[in-house]
Amino acid sequence: MASYLTRALNGDEAVAFAVKQCNVDVVSAYPITPQTIIVERISEYVANGEVHTEYVNVESEHSALSVCIGASAAGARVFTATSSQGLALMWELLYIASGLRLPIVMAVVNRALSAPINIHCDHGDSIGARDAGWIQFYVENPQEAYDTIIQAFKIAEDHSVLLPVMVNLDGFFVSHTLEPVKVLPDEVVSNYVGFRSNVKVYVPYLGKEVHAVLDGITPISLGIIALSDYYYEFKMKVIKAMESAKEVIKKVNDEFKELSGRSYGDGLITQYGVEDADVVLVAMGSAAGTIRYVARELRRKGLKVGALKLRCFRPFPTDELIKTLRGVKAVGIMDRALTSGGYGGPLFMEFRSLFYDLDEGPEMINYIYGIGGRDLRPSDVVNIYHELLDVAKGREVSKVKYIGVRM
Amino acid sequence: MSLKFHELPEVPTTIKLSTEVKTGSWRTFKPVIDQGKCVKCLICWIYCPEGCIVWDGSKVLVNYDYCKGCGICAHECPVKAVTMVTEGG
Repeated sequence: MASYLTRALNGDEAVAFAVKQCNVDVVSAYPITPQTIIVERISEYVANGEVHTEYVNVESEHSALSVCIGASAAGARVFTATSSQGLALMWELLYIASGLRLPIVMAVVNRALSAPINIHCDHGDSIGARDAGWIQFYVENPQEAYDTIIQAFKIAEDHSVLLPVMVNLDGFFVSHTLEPVKVLPDEVVSNYVGFRSNVKVYVPYLGKEVHAVLDGITPISLGIIALSDYYYEFKMKVIKAMESAKEVIKKVNDEFKELSGRSYGDGLITQYGVEDADVVLVAMGSAAGTIRYVARELRRKGLKVGALKLRCFRPFPTDELIKTLRGVKAVGIMDRALTSGGYGGPLFMEFRSLFYDLDEGPEMINYIYGIGGRDLRPSDVVNIYHELLDVAKGREVSKVKYIGVRM
Repeated sequence: MSLKFHELPEVPTTIKLSTEVKTGSWRTFKPVIDQGKCVKCLICWIYCPEGCIVWDGSKVLVNYDYCKGCGICAHECPVKAVTMVTEGG
């Protein structure tokens, strides 16, 4: 295990610090609250000559991700960061990045979407990008933000994955909260992530394989037209890559444990007290810490409750979740995003669908919370756990609940 | 040709080099340089969006394999040395 230094960093600074250590060639990003500190710190590192990174200034997020796509297609290791409206403006490029199989890493500091305008946290921005073909992590604190950025480059660039990775951190709750963060020495991280190695494709014209990147010596085209004859197959390759990403995420989680002593469950989910729990709450992001805290307090009083953090939302850890939750009587799904007109939040739908085929699956209740940065208090979570314990005993309650809203 | 899933490259790329695709066949008008009028200023070389103006060491030429016939060179030439001629005409 490598030595470490403890620094006081907020979530944004922790992300920037990790990027500094990861041999990133190109960064192009446009500042937006609450992501701003990330771009500020990275541009300072560039201006001070602390990194070899080229920082490209742009006039919008659409251009920022376009620059990243071009640079990544040329074989560079690339990073960008955004929030909310910025992510919305990147929309069409999100699908291009994954379709071209470019291992771009992006930090998304979760912020509610307008209107009305809001700068505080909910997951509506990144959950909306659910189907864009990006791997999505949701981190709980600045330490996990730092660790996950480093892991993200390893995962994205693995030749069995080759997908862009979104590392989501809760706006303000994580991005602006100063915490002690254990950082590894520069050379340890730099050696671990190494430099990007490019995948090769076979070119019949040359009778050999060439790197699938843009260069003038063997000029190939990327993302050229594929209609009803080939489009489906290339999108199917993204589906397969998402499936193989699960094993890579687990592997990188293990490698990182060797390096730092820290790991996050199996890399996909982390659990507290789930083994013998009657009821379990599931959350992503900073709320995972709150539910774990409350679960610990309640277990001291003898209540059999558990807490599960979904760290990786895409790929969705299907088998792992079924294995972990199948014996539980009631599961509460915490959604920090809205789907107006749907039956419950996005996570709820995903969980219900996953457990539908089980003969004796857990009862599932949806708790929608924290919209637009509304606080989730420990007392709210205590009430939720008590309700779930009642549901486990057979009480009927409405399936979809909005927590903390004035009605 | 209908390649199967496993025969396709992992990255959606062409299976031949871009240089093999002779985009000059798209052309309707062809730029013809009057070497007598040409003053070798190479303004056409600066403006050509396709990189099809070639300096061979003594005169300015056009790479007709990739020139799409947009006519920008003819428009920009300060001495009107480039004429756009109908292809096959």
